[in-house]
Amino acid sequence: MSWMAWTLPTALFFAGIAVLLVGMTLVELRWPCVERKGFLPITTTRGDRLFIGLLGSAYLHLLVIGVTDWSVWIASLLSLLWLCAVMRWG
Amino acid sequence: MKVQNNKAWWLVLPVFLLVAFSAIVPMMTVVNYSVQDIFDPSTRYFVGVDWYRQVLQDPRLHDSLLRQFIFSACVLLIQIPLGIAIALCMPTRGRWASLCLILMAIPLLIPWNVVGTIWQIFGRADIGLMGWALNALGISYNYASNTTDAWVTVLIMDVWHWTSLVALLCYSGLRAIPDVYYQAARIDRASNWAVFRHIQLPKLKSVLLIAVMLRFMDSFMIYTEPFVLTGGGPGNATTFLSQTLTQMAIGQFDLGPAAAFSLVYFLIILLVSWLFYTAMTHDDKNR
Amino acid sequence: MTLRKRLVLLIYFLFLLVPIYWLLNMSFKSNTEILGGLSLWPQSFTLDNYRVIFTDRSWYEGYLNSLYYVSLNTLISLSVALPAAYAFSRYRFLGDKHLFFWLLTNRMAPPAVFLLPFFQLYSSIGLFDTHIAVALAHCLFNVPLAVWILEGFMSSVPKEIDETAYIDGYSFPTFFVKIFIPLIRSGIGVTAFFCFMFSWVELLLARTLTSVDAKPIAAVMTRTVSASGIDWGVLAAAGVLTILPGMLVIWFVRNHVAKGFALGRV
Repeated sequence: MSWMAWTLPTALFFAGIAVLLVGMTLVELRWPCVERKGFLPITTTRGDRLFIGLLGSAYLHLLVIGVTDWSVWIASLLSLLWLCAVMRWG
Repeated sequence: MKVQNNKAWWLVLPVFLLVAFSAIVPMMTVVNYSVQDIFDPSTRYFVGVDWYRQVLQDPRLHDSLLRQFIFSACVLLIQIPLGIAIALCMPTRGRWASLCLILMAIPLLIPWNVVGTIWQIFGRADIGLMGWALNALGISYNYASNTTDAWVTVLIMDVWHWTSLVALLCYSGLRAIPDVYYQAARIDRASNWAVFRHIQLPKLKSVLLIAVMLRFMDSFMIYTEPFVLTGGGPGNATTFLSQTLTQMAIGQFDLGPAAAFSLVYFLIILLVSWLFYTAMTHDDKNR
Repeated sequence: MTLRKRLVLLIYFLFLLVPIYWLLNMSFKSNTEILGGLSLWPQSFTLDNYRVIFTDRSWYEGYLNSLYYVSLNTLISLSVALPAAYAFSRYRFLGDKHLFFWLLTNRMAPPAVFLLPFFQLYSSIGLFDTHIAVALAHCLFNVPLAVWILEGFMSSVPKEIDETAYIDGYSFPTFFVKIFIPLIRSGIGVTAFFCFMFSWVELLLARTLTSVDAKPIAAVMTRTVSASGIDWGVLAAAGVLTILPGMLVIWFVRNHVAKGFALGRV
């Protein structure tokens, strides 16, 4: 496995994603969700909103890294807010 | 109406495992590369998001990204309408239809480096028919030294190579329209345009979705054909994203920046494809 | 109206075929004639270029290698995609839409940088330079496509057939093999064509995952470039020969291509 060049931060990142996916599956099994329409222009399920949230977060990071000199943690904080907002009201 | 049944996962599992094996491990590895400075497998340092910062502010990459977008837009704008038009012109059944299908499929079945080779030869002024004919007509044409010529040649090559795919998909989409629709249109004395606009185009939507997505993804990642044809030149005129990336990864062995950039690249394709996909499937959801 | 249609088709096919004719034309010429000047057909017709390919082991083995891994890939793709497509066409299940989109995203990874991990992944499990490695790697983009096309065909088969079969006491596997698969024969033909096509034309992955034993023809072709220049005649002949297997496949499925795989989920 050494050729995969693991580092602690990336390992944590992927573990986080995996936990998120497993968690979403369990939640979905326990409380099946219905499509709804929030501030996003399309009707979405919970899974759609997670995808939109994560994709948005990725772009937010790229924006902060590419355009500003801010620390990457600011981007992460903003992303977390965005993710919560999309999950709750999207 | 489909039945809700989570046991269906067992049927999907082989596909999932097979694709995940080839997809997830390389993806994770590229993510790992992108945050490290790698000299060799045992000597590597964690550098955080430095590579991302570097590649996002690299003007060379901005240039090739812009070129790439222009190229993909041209490809879609030419190939999709042309493909639909060809499909509409094709005979509906019989021996001629089979012949057309076989002839159309030929460019699709040629390995991509051979496609490059064909056009490399075809466009040359000394041994190629196109290059020779154009020059004989008094148009000075040389794809190896003139930027515009190189661009046009790559674009024509792509049209030659891939329009058939769009036409093939549209043709099968058109065949799926029941005759009743056309009869109704005839009774209403609908014009050809009205038939196209209100009967054929809506029915083509699902095949057009896959045609647009396939063409976008593949044109956005085009590598082999222009590499063989022009080698990215003259200058950097036809150096598209993949090629810039390969130069970084293999030519200069900057694995970290190249990995960071390919993830950015992947995100761009992901977003655009998702937008296409959502926009085109969304109407069905509302119905 | 029909005249105009024929004219459009005629121009399009001319555009498609003239470059290919030029390749064919060159493959029957000697190098001196190719470089000597322009001629619309071979002045001194020769089969030498083809003779080079058919007598040199490393040349024709390239074709055999390519055919081998392409067939293997088509077989694997079809056998895993058939049940999956059935699931997508008949049932709703947890995460089905997301799974489908995820499958499509696997076409989107830009090859340049992904080649290195691919190489290392297949080396680490001891499959480097085998046909199965290339076949598995090509599944990455062929399986999603196969699932999509098959799903379209399957959706056009009425559900009542399934239900009747189950009432008649068929188990799922017997029903699937004995009744369902014959019903979607044409879909399987079309899918096989597309799998064959995309695997046959792919070069980057195939070249990265092989060195000697499973080297694909497209990689062998680079041999025509040597210090003394490019061997145009042999290159053209090799190019012509890469077109033939595909034409054979399209000949077999020509009547099925048209039957709507336009009915799918997307």
